[in-house]
Amino acid sequence: MTSAEIRTRIEGALPGASVEVNDYTGTGDHFEVRVVAPEFENLSLVERHQMVYAALGQAVDGRTIHALALKTLTPSQAGRTVE
Amino acid sequence: MADDVFQRIRDEIASNKVLIYMKGTPSFPMCGFSAATIDVFNELGVKYETVDVLADPEIREGIKRFSNWPTIPQVYIDGKFVGGCDIVREMYASGELEPLVRSAVAKD
Repeated sequence: MTSAEIRTRIEGALPGASVEVNDYTGTGDHFEVRVVAPEFENLSLVERHQMVYAALGQAVDGRTIHALALKTLTPSQAGRTVE
Repeated sequence: MADDVFQRIRDEIASNKVLIYMKGTPSFPMCGFSAATIDVFNELGVKYETVDVLADPEIREGIKRFSNWPTIPQVYIDGKFVGGCDIVREMYASGELEPLVRSAVAKD
């Protein structure tokens, strides 16, 4: 899976999202993903991650994607966070 | 079948205040995310129990359906699913994790 496919799938599920994907091994199976989305407002971290996992479907079940580090923020959190 | 494995999981999380489903063991974690999760709880210095999903294929698949969460590790505190590696690390960094763990352990 490519970084672009991951971004497209997440943006498809969360139309307001801004998504950054880093394929940190360059092998299409280990990714760091940062999602900033207004849809995350008032949701727990578990609920936010579940939305992203649902967008990626079967791919995240260890076969296509082996590792996925996920950061989920609302726009107001992203504005406050210095990373 | 599914009910059997869910019942096993329910029993495990009910009888351990801090329970981590992981790949491998705390001494020999078989995945970086499991290792990083164990590090957090070691730093907190609290007592926890672990289940090695690699040793039990039924639990490995069952735990994902149980929590609607497709990845391992999974952390349960006081019977409640708290999250995976990223969430636990984020809650540790923000100071949310420690009080949650301490109040759970205090009930033991």
